[in-house]
Amino acid sequence: MARVCLMSSLTAFTGGERVLEVDAANVHQLMRRLGERFPALAPHLDDSLAVAIDGEIHQDDWFARIAPESEVHIMPRIGGG
Amino acid sequence: MSESVKGNGAAKALRWVGTRAARPDGVDKVTGRARFGADLFAPNMLHGRVLRSPHAHARIVSIDVSGAEKLPGVKAIVTRDDFPEMPSEWSPLGELIVNYHDMTRNVMAREKVLYEGHPVAAVAATSPSLAKRALAAIEVEYEVLPHVLDPVEAMRPDAPLLHDHLFTAGVDPRPETPSNVAKRVQFGHGDVEEGFAAADLTLEREFDTRPVHQGYIEPHACLGSVSEDGQAELWVSTQGHFSVRGHCARLLGWEMSRIRVTAAEIGGGFGGKTVVYLEPLSLALSARACQPVKMQMTREEVFRATGPTSGAHVRVKIGATRDGRITAADAELVYQAGAFQGSPVQPGAMSAFAPYALDHVRTVGYDVVVNRPKVAAYRAPGAPIAEFAVESTLDELARELGLDPLELRLRNAAREGSQSSYGPKFGPIGMAATLEAAKAHPHYHAPLGPHQGRGVASGFWFNIGGETCATMNVNEDGTVGLMTGTPDIGGTRASVSMMAAETLGIPLERIRPIIGDTNALGYTFVTGGSRVTYSSGMAAVQAAEDIIGQVRARAARLWDIPVEAVEWQDGMVAPAGANAGEFDPMSLADVARVSGKTGGPIVGEVAINAQGAGPSFGTHIVDVEIDPDTGRVSIARYTAIQDAGKAVHPSYVEGQMQGGAVQGIGWALNEEYIYDEQGRLENPGFLDYRMPVCSDVPMIDTVIVEVPNPAHPFGVRGVGETPIIPPMAAIANAVEDAVGLRFTELPMSPPRVLRALDEQRERLQAQAAE
Amino acid sequence: MAKLHITTTINGDATEFLCEPEQTLLDVLRDELQLTGSKEGCASGDCGACSVMLDGRLVCACLVLGAEAAGRTVETIEGVARGEELHLVQRKFLEHHALQCGVCTPGFIVAAKALLERDTDPSETEVRYWLAGNLCRCTGYDKIVRAVLDAAAEMRGEEAGA
Repeated sequence: MARVCLMSSLTAFTGGERVLEVDAANVHQLMRRLGERFPALAPHLDDSLAVAIDGEIHQDDWFARIAPESEVHIMPRIGGG
Repeated sequence: MSESVKGNGAAKALRWVGTRAARPDGVDKVTGRARFGADLFAPNMLHGRVLRSPHAHARIVSIDVSGAEKLPGVKAIVTRDDFPEMPSEWSPLGELIVNYHDMTRNVMAREKVLYEGHPVAAVAATSPSLAKRALAAIEVEYEVLPHVLDPVEAMRPDAPLLHDHLFTAGVDPRPETPSNVAKRVQFGHGDVEEGFAAADLTLEREFDTRPVHQGYIEPHACLGSVSEDGQAELWVSTQGHFSVRGHCARLLGWEMSRIRVTAAEIGGGFGGKTVVYLEPLSLALSARACQPVKMQMTREEVFRATGPTSGAHVRVKIGATRDGRITAADAELVYQAGAFQGSPVQPGAMSAFAPYALDHVRTVGYDVVVNRPKVAAYRAPGAPIAEFAVESTLDELARELGLDPLELRLRNAAREGSQSSYGPKFGPIGMAATLEAAKAHPHYHAPLGPHQGRGVASGFWFNIGGETCATMNVNEDGTVGLMTGTPDIGGTRASVSMMAAETLGIPLERIRPIIGDTNALGYTFVTGGSRVTYSSGMAAVQAAEDIIGQVRARAARLWDIPVEAVEWQDGMVAPAGANAGEFDPMSLADVARVSGKTGGPIVGEVAINAQGAGPSFGTHIVDVEIDPDTGRVSIARYTAIQDAGKAVHPSYVEGQMQGGAVQGIGWALNEEYIYDEQGRLENPGFLDYRMPVCSDVPMIDTVIVEVPNPAHPFGVRGVGETPIIPPMAAIANAVEDAVGLRFTELPMSPPRVLRALDEQRERLQAQAAE
Repeated sequence: MAKLHITTTINGDATEFLCEPEQTLLDVLRDELQLTGSKEGCASGDCGACSVMLDGRLVCACLVLGAEAAGRTVETIEGVARGEELHLVQRKFLEHHALQCGVCTPGFIVAAKALLERDTDPSETEVRYWLAGNLCRCTGYDKIVRAVLDAAAEMRGEEAGA
């Protein structure tokens, strides 16, 4: 099970839980399972987010692989100038 | 496949990558031939102009265009009535998240004007002077409202309210009354209270910065042409023509396939040309007139109506042990967004402490609307402000602890495996390497003259990848046409072609790169986020690999041997060893010559969403000299050090570092917006909005550090944004070193510095008299 | 409003054009003659992107009226190269990678060429003050100054410096 850390603004929708264990093989599965577990969170798991898997930031990358021992951070999407 | 260049390219001797090759578009740009946004003319072309609000905040009671319509030669007028209402929702558009409810209002005011310069109507006429006269004939009735310019004032409950339906997001419970605070964000980990309790010394400081403009030399310009059947063409100076197409399609309610956008050469952007202003107006006017409509802003319009970056108020608190270990770091950031929500406070809050490995860190940010133009991205959006505050506070901390400021940073530097202040752990990064390089640099040890001081500061930026396409056509003679979709804003035709040439093993001159229009390539995200050399480079390398695979397959069939028995080496296909058979190696040109007979043209096509962009860290050293009589701070010496991963074209990497440093010098010393009592901008020109000129700065020395990014075939990291981050704090730190005064407010312009020097002299005199 | 008929010499060629009295030389060059190498960055003489030579004197074309070109000679960026041979200053800008976006480059080249026609041995400070009327937001000026100093050195017949 991957260890998933949420950015703090999302903890309002998880009853304050910030670090979760989630069984997901990719980003798309991860988002679906988080939404199932915390229905209030589901509408916020949108395009404004990025996902860092073991330190590497992924944006718009639903099929990015998540290993069972991965550390995943859900964070805001990064833009730039 | 071309194993030889996969993985870290630095492992192999490189022929092109790392050289200072000539840029393919160079001659066009030194002869005046290159066509920028305003350089295109179309037959039967009209000239468009925009009527803008003279008020900072007012309700639009009525707009009467009848007088203007009657003028001969006026062919079209558009106002708010010509743009459909948009829902308030955040829509993804590539990597941009945009709210079209706000965007349509920024392009053309609807209920209210929210800043001086806000468009209220646009006209197209047969000459520029006639278009101007037509604007004067439009009558707009306003009900002027109280306005607010400062973000801290705008947060007060009694502040004039810009939007009746703006409720602060990110707070629980959701507020019941609207306010100017669009959003609260928070980042960090650990427990800062616990961390501060463990500190021997805690410093808390507050900082103020002013909005500053990107200052691109080319004003916004475009030429839109819509035919009677609704097919539209747009020629525009932009950082992202695919984004322009998407925005215009949404704002006008048109299908994307109707609009073909071609990116002109772009005369600077720095983030400011990732948004649309004139483009939808030009298309809307052209659709009415069925004639091409050219629009270009004056410099005054650029200042009054296009996005600068935020001004901000930042509070920083840092605790440390006596030996210089940071135990806790906390910051609160209030960024003004301009008239619509969406300041870069979020990346500011994420990057504030990112250069350091911290156990206890917290940042809280507020996005605040005010009656100024909506901010646009500006080079590492949000980070320069936040890191100015942090790097200034760290310098004071080093002073109090009696530690060398580079040593304090080294003791706390983020390294591979450190948890970043925004969440994930860092991969291989160059923060410590830039600090070590700074420490070892002769500049850091050179003697200082009278009235001089030295400062250092570091900076961090994320960098991004994103959706990117490349097409590579092998011509019949073996030369190559390379098409990418990222406008070349600073030499990336060269760097991308160099990576393609390296992969293909052919001379660089045999590749001709162009920027394809929106019909020529798949969706490609903007030139921004320091992503072009990274992402378009990655796509071009993959397209080259695709070609190599096809060439090997053709050779295998010509030789009647398995494709595995065909090797690619130094731009040639050859049998892999004696067992594969005896055939003369064939060059790309040899295979291209028979391509028509062996299956048709050889085309490499790649469409990717590039991931794995690696962050870039930098450390700058600056010597300032202060004129005690005028308060003028001048830059005596400057050295910029940065991790580029791999510098594909070192001259353009240096150029990014030098240019970013000088923009930062402007931000630190002179650039600011000055408003009158009515909220009207008083300095909308280059004479009074004082950007650095050639005689203001010395040579900018550079040191390129290379800690390769494992995710890129050549180890590239984006380099464009990081260099604007360190200058403000480095200069403030140098000023303190020179005269013992700490400036927490930017810019450190001569009047402000002189006032502080005078106060200091009075204090000293008073002390002496006692 | 009646247009003015102007006869002038541009890049060595006898040229006629019609212009409105308020049109600047820059407007005329760009909009009437399609000589778009001179750029409009400010229209107030602050950025130098429209630098041209008027009777051998460096001016901002945005500060000169089109009508003032009557009977005079104008040299623009389009006249700097001779056939396929780039001017030394153009060549040095390329060698030193002294441009990024390139929009200010024509103005810098016209201005730098004017400097080197007066003085082939300027100091770095003299180069910086001469070019202080030309804004560049991309390069930080470093490589531009090096290119001009190197061009001067080559004019003097010295080995490439900088």
